[in-house]
Amino acid sequence: MSQNGKMIRKEDLSFWQRIYIPEILKGLRLTFMALFRRKITIQYPEKRFTPPDSFRGRPVLVEENGVERCVACGLCSRVCPALAIEVQANETALEKERYPEKFEINMVRCIFCGFCEEVCPEEAIIMSKEYELVFESQEEAVFGKDKLLVPIEKVRDRLEFLHKHR
Amino acid sequence: MFETAIIAGAKIVLTLITLLTLVVLTVYTERRVSAFVQDRVGPNRVGPKGLLQAVADVVKLLMKEDIVPKNANKPIHDLAPMISIGVAMSTFAVIPIGSTMTLFGRQIDMMIADVNIGILYILALTSMGVYGITLAGWSSNNKYSLLGGLRSSAQLISYELSMGVSIIGVLLISGSLELDEIVGKQAATLWGGIPAWNVFLQPVAFVTFVVAAFAETNRLPFDLPEAEPELVGGYHTEYSGLKFGLFMLSEYVNMIVASAIIVTLFLGGYAFPWGEQFGLSGNSLAVAEVLTFCVKTGLVMFFIIMIRWTLPRFRYDQLMRLGWKVMLPIALANLVVTASILALMNWA
Ligand code: SF4
Ligand code: SF4
Repeated sequence: MSQNGKMIRKEDLSFWQRIYIPEILKGLRLTFMALFRRKITIQYPEKRFTPPDSFRGRPVLVEENGVERCVACGLCSRVCPALAIEVQANETALEKERYPEKFEINMVRCIFCGFCEEVCPEEAIIMSKEYELVFESQEEAVFGKDKLLVPIEKVRDRLEFLHKHR
Repeated sequence: MFETAIIAGAKIVLTLITLLTLVVLTVYTERRVSAFVQDRVGPNRVGPKGLLQAVADVVKLLMKEDIVPKNANKPIHDLAPMISIGVAMSTFAVIPIGSTMTLFGRQIDMMIADVNIGILYILALTSMGVYGITLAGWSSNNKYSLLGGLRSSAQLISYELSMGVSIIGVLLISGSLELDEIVGKQAATLWGGIPAWNVFLQPVAFVTFVVAAFAETNRLPFDLPEAEPELVGGYHTEYSGLKFGLFMLSEYVNMIVASAIIVTLFLGGYAFPWGEQFGLSGNSLAVAEVLTFCVKTGLVMFFIIMIRWTLPRFRYDQLMRLGWKVMLPIALANLVVTASILALMNWA
């Protein structure tokens, strides 16, 4: 037990502290005041939590002008500690030359660490604000490009946040 | 004779129903209060404001499978919860919740049994209650249950002494073992207008009694018999379904009974001191008395709940030390002082 960094032993307690009852009353006062504090529970299905920009929801791929930004460098899949990402590269006539033919994140494995977002050189994969993920089978939990691609307008908040704080 | 039996029967049924309803309310209050203390909201989905949550719990318990461990002693395993609940419920029989009411031209005492040794009855029954717990612990054939049961009996022996001794102080002042009379004595007012409650006359005995009552009802900070982190669930680890429900029920009935006893012995019981000022008499006075009793008991119960969410659990050696080295000497000293003062007053 330490108070202000100083060790207090049993012998150092004052008479009133040793009697114990005043201390109980102090504790009771604290809990009684706590009864009237603001509750932090959110009544979930009716009211929903709006996450701040720093929130790490499910990772999504940024879609700009109808194509994904991703150049299929594979860094995200390399860094992912949960081995959740699978990328298969292919060539494209676009300026970026490479694109992911297949991009899959296994949402059962993902631990929402945000490493993929951090490592990506193209800002192509970022953490969204979505936190409601429900699957009924393992197969369903593997998100392909169809589910991962999100138009850039929807993730502006996060991109701005990243620009400001990185 | 026949009529008395009918009246007693009606009172018993009424008390049982009231007690059960009260338990449901207490469980609800406990869960809500604990939630509020922890900045949560608590159960608020079942029924208006979540009031029916406890009912839903009961239904859930009823539908659960009743599991008896393979090597358990089945008859005793079955018997234990019955002892617990039976003892808990019958303690309430001697507690007066009002003086008398006149119904259908008959005077009716507002307690089930007007025993002239009410306090002894209560003491005897509360120490019976530990059999339920100890037998449950022993018959389950599980080390955690056994430890819980043993702890319970050790705890009870240690605290029953200080409880009994602190009651003697009250008895000396009231000069009667009858709960009705103890309450009657407290209806007077002392100099300065404060009611002659035993809290003011016997503050030390009050504290020791309340602490002992916590220990006897196995409530936190003395809930060692069921200490979840160390003993899984203590004596009811191996119980499920309705039998577990009975243990829960008896725990809460015990809490209600303990509050009622504290109110009766120390906080003036049902006495309504201003009956004449308000011009109450007969039945209206009786109603006022019952209300007074309910309000007081409710407040004590709230206090018990708040204590549970304020204090951490005692360690076993601390519990024993507190019981034998602190509570008992204090209670004894209080007894000696009270007796000497009374003797001096008589002599003067
Ligand atoms: S958030 Fe972490 S675990 Fe999830 S895909 Fe990205 S790197 Fe892998
Ligand atoms: S790190 Fe970025 S660019 Fe590279 S594969 Fe992953 S998402 Fe595509």
